[in-house]
Amino acid sequence: MSSNPQVADSVTHAPNSLLRRYVFSTDHKIIGLQYFFLALAAVTIGVILSLLMRFHLVWPAAHLPFIAGGIMTPEQYLALVTMHGTIMVFFVLTTAPQSAFGNYFLPLQIGAPDMAFPRLNMFSFWLTFLAFVVMLSAFFVPGGAPISGWTAYPPLSGLGEVTGPGEGIGQSLWVASILIFCVASLLGSINFLSTTIDMRAPGMTLTRMPLTVWAWFVTAILSLLAFSVLFAGGILLVLDRVAATSFFLPAGLVVSGEVQTHGGGSPLLWQHLFWFFGHPEVYIAILPGMGVVSHILANFSRKPVFGYRAMAFALCAIGFLGFLVWGHHMFVSGMNPYSGLTFSLLTVSIGVPSAVKTFNWLGTLWGGKIQFHSPMLFAIGFVSFFVTGGLSGIFLAQPAIDTELHATYYVVGHFHIVMGVAAIFGIFAATYYWFPKMFGRRMNESLGKFHFWLTFAGVYCIFMPMHFVGIAGGIRRYADATGATYLAALQPLHQFMTIAAFVTAAAQLIFFYNFFRSLKKGEAASANPWNATTLEWITASPPPSDNFGGRFPRVHRGPYEYSVPGATQDFLPQHLAPEALGSANKEPNNAN
Amino acid sequence: MSSVASRFKSRGTASPAFLLAVFLVILVAATVYVFVARLYPAPPPISRDAVLVDRQYDLTLWVAGAAFVLAQLGLAWAVFRYRDCGQQASHIRGNVALEILWTFVTLLAFVGLGILGRNAWAGARFTPSAPDAIQIEVTTNQFVYTFRYPGPDGKFGRLDPSLVSAPTGNPLGIDANDPAGKDDIVVSELTVPVNRPVELLLRSQDVVHNFFVRELRLQQDAVPGMLIPVNFTAERIGTYEIVCTQLCGLGHYKMNGLLHVVPQSDYAAFLKREALVQ
Amino acid sequence: MPTSSIDELIERDGGGGAGYHGPFGNGDDWSGNPGIPQRTYVTGMILAVGGILMFFMALVSAWVVRRGFPNSDWQPIALPRILWLNTVILVASSFTLARSRHSLIAGRDTDSRHWWGVTTILGALFLVGQLLAWRQMFAAGLFLATNPSSSFFYVFTAAHGLHVLGGIAALLLVAWHSPRRLTRETATHVVALYWHFLSALWLIIFALFLLEA
Repeated sequence: MSSNPQVADSVTHAPNSLLRRYVFSTDHKIIGLQYFFLALAAVTIGVILSLLMRFHLVWPAAHLPFIAGGIMTPEQYLALVTMHGTIMVFFVLTTAPQSAFGNYFLPLQIGAPDMAFPRLNMFSFWLTFLAFVVMLSAFFVPGGAPISGWTAYPPLSGLGEVTGPGEGIGQSLWVASILIFCVASLLGSINFLSTTIDMRAPGMTLTRMPLTVWAWFVTAILSLLAFSVLFAGGILLVLDRVAATSFFLPAGLVVSGEVQTHGGGSPLLWQHLFWFFGHPEVYIAILPGMGVVSHILANFSRKPVFGYRAMAFALCAIGFLGFLVWGHHMFVSGMNPYSGLTFSLLTVSIGVPSAVKTFNWLGTLWGGKIQFHSPMLFAIGFVSFFVTGGLSGIFLAQPAIDTELHATYYVVGHFHIVMGVAAIFGIFAATYYWFPKMFGRRMNESLGKFHFWLTFAGVYCIFMPMHFVGIAGGIRRYADATGATYLAALQPLHQFMTIAAFVTAAAQLIFFYNFFRSLKKGEAASANPWNATTLEWITASPPPSDNFGGRFPRVHRGPYEYSVPGATQDFLPQHLAPEALGSANKEPNNAN
Repeated sequence: MSSVASRFKSRGTASPAFLLAVFLVILVAATVYVFVARLYPAPPPISRDAVLVDRQYDLTLWVAGAAFVLAQLGLAWAVFRYRDCGQQASHIRGNVALEILWTFVTLLAFVGLGILGRNAWAGARFTPSAPDAIQIEVTTNQFVYTFRYPGPDGKFGRLDPSLVSAPTGNPLGIDANDPAGKDDIVVSELTVPVNRPVELLLRSQDVVHNFFVRELRLQQDAVPGMLIPVNFTAERIGTYEIVCTQLCGLGHYKMNGLLHVVPQSDYAAFLKREALVQ
Repeated sequence: MPTSSIDELIERDGGGGAGYHGPFGNGDDWSGNPGIPQRTYVTGMILAVGGILMFFMALVSAWVVRRGFPNSDWQPIALPRILWLNTVILVASSFTLARSRHSLIAGRDTDSRHWWGVTTILGALFLVGQLLAWRQMFAAGLFLATNPSSSFFYVFTAAHGLHVLGGIAALLLVAWHSPRRLTRETATHVVALYWHFLSALWLIIFALFLLEA
């Protein structure tokens, strides 16, 4: 018990009961792991949903034993589409990179004992968990899960069951889950930002923060500002659905012969509110991965990140511009075409900091001494996918071309490559990289490499063909190809993608096996198995409950001092005082 | 080499580097091949606006394609050339001149593309419809397209949602008391004359739908509560498929229609024929 | 010269070198925990205010857009008269809260508690007044779904009112419970930030209502 009234009790001694230690813990490391396992469960469900979708697209008449009636109906397909997208975007891509790894490693990397508000942190996790449970419950209610996509455009989502199955209780549960998730995210981002602003170790100036910390910081700002807007939109949607208001519902609607009594609202208003959130959301999904990749590329090239300041600035630029481009989702929505042009110019501009980051990653590799451990392979893979996905975005950024490609499989290919692959590779890279620190054991390196090769090849095989399907006019969210006649010619591509999807999904079992087996049987890990420079590596694996074992580091140099000329080893940890290294070691003059 | 470093030198450093490089080269080759060989092309364009879209697409393909090839091959080269063979890494922190250079070049390339793309967009969207454009109203609902021609009086009759009744032959809810509606022609397939400007007025009865014809490179959401005009001039006779691209419910995948582009004489005959039937 | 492993280097430095003088503790307090600096709570509240502001700005932009539709069915509503009184009460409560904090800083504890109590009562009166405003709306036949203008009225006042309720809870909590992690100064600072923000926010919302009436 500390006599200092400012010290949180939870970080001076570990709580005793199992419940306090692992369930209702306020320790950011436990909370980070809780988010991680939540995301792992979510991605498993999300992948299974996508496999069902891909199966149905190729064998729509197949008899499925677990479906009442045997054959998947179009509304069931759309429910899969909706839930797959929602679960992946919110409970995997918003959760794992930021809430899981950020919670675990932000305090460690800045030399803090915990997050600023540990109890609020615990509350954020359990709210997220509640949101997940509420979301999944939509599968089990009458009518099933909603069919309006993760974008939930009204009036389809705003009128209840009359517009389609799943639009009754299912859609209501969906909105409730999203609202809960918004609150959890907002509370989480307050924690991240307060911690980064006020709890950095002495000597850790902004320019000595690892790029992971920069990425989590910018992401948290995006979360704070974007989820608030989604929350507002969600409230208005709930009111339209249950309180007969008409924020999004125009007058004169006739649905299946029934005249609706709403009046004067605008479906476009929802789209503006949703995408004002939705676009920053995709940067929330990718920015932490960019930070992790910069971090890992430096570590395993044994070189500083090329252009550290430019990288930090680019993260901020992407974050800022990310709020100005939402209209590129709405070029054909009925929005003013002049606004379309403005959004287009802003959107292509965001390609600039993204390209700068890519060049700097190449620059980090250039002249390096590259070691191909599993985390490095996934980091390199991330760069490849980010190039592909980013460049395919240039087409969509132009409204004239978007007129041809909007809502086709081209878009699906584009966002899967940046989110469903690049961001996921960021998560894999972070997992392989930080597994030793989190669990005190090493993952099996051969299995890791095998997992990488199968996945790298597999996901390119799944998602590259989608672009070609889209260019040829294949439309997204179609339950099968029995509508327009030109779609039949695209089936061979769909078959190829489905097979690739099943093979790649199976390859993930290697990761699961490796992960869970290594938890118990992995080779014991030392404090710093990767010879890394940042603060999380100076403490034990796993760290003690107060992070550094009763003492707290002071930072003396930047985060990526690898291969410093004249040093005896090829890395200089951030915390070592210059005196401790001896006078034979010379350091660069600039403190970053 | 110190004991620390030797503990972490991975075995066979050549092989992941080589594999990565080879893989990236295959990726580039396969992608370039599919595009160059036009294995899955869009159908040929049938209007001037569509041709402009294709030109902008091609230009973007060159720029993005070049960037794709250079970046992926650059990555392949970097990982192979700088694999750990016992060398010392160079402690390069960055290069300000290079940063400025590539920022400027990408800015020019991307914003340049965006500005050049304006014309294709402007041609289709900023230009008001020609004064002699044929106006056709397109009504979407779950899950059909219904097309209405104003008839010889050139005026559309008033619509009343409470009169909507598809089973009794009034799917659009035309008010029988409005004389302008008496000659309206309501059909389920879109027929237009070749080489004549057409203005479609898109509307929706229930949820957000979409009208997309690949050959026209024309796509527009139909939003309930709005009447949205789109213009085109079809220059090739034929029948083209109309599809809905905005998720509109369980029948979304089956919501499609047909666009018939016919000679002027056929179009006149169509109007005459339909006027008798209505 | 160190040819030893990095772990040995860590061990050697682990004692701490020169004691550090940082924002978290004095140089002697090595075994201690830097803890959470008081200003962190203020940062947290500023951020929370930012998030809440963004939420209300989303509602405002929805309001602006909805009002501006051509051929709109927008009917401006007559504002319940009590809103003027409520506004005065809420602004007054900000003044009394500032008075309370000022007394605390000057060491006049009893005065501080007195004004803190007045603030809480004024806050509660504000909420009561808002509910009365709703009753006046009901009496005029204006409910949530009556027309777009009334819809926004209820959404804004309910959202703001719920936040004020939270503020009253915070006022009560600080009054009755000695916070362990925050000093009294910090706790009052944080609550004051929140409360003044809600007053300013109400002025913006009220101004919007007046604009369109």
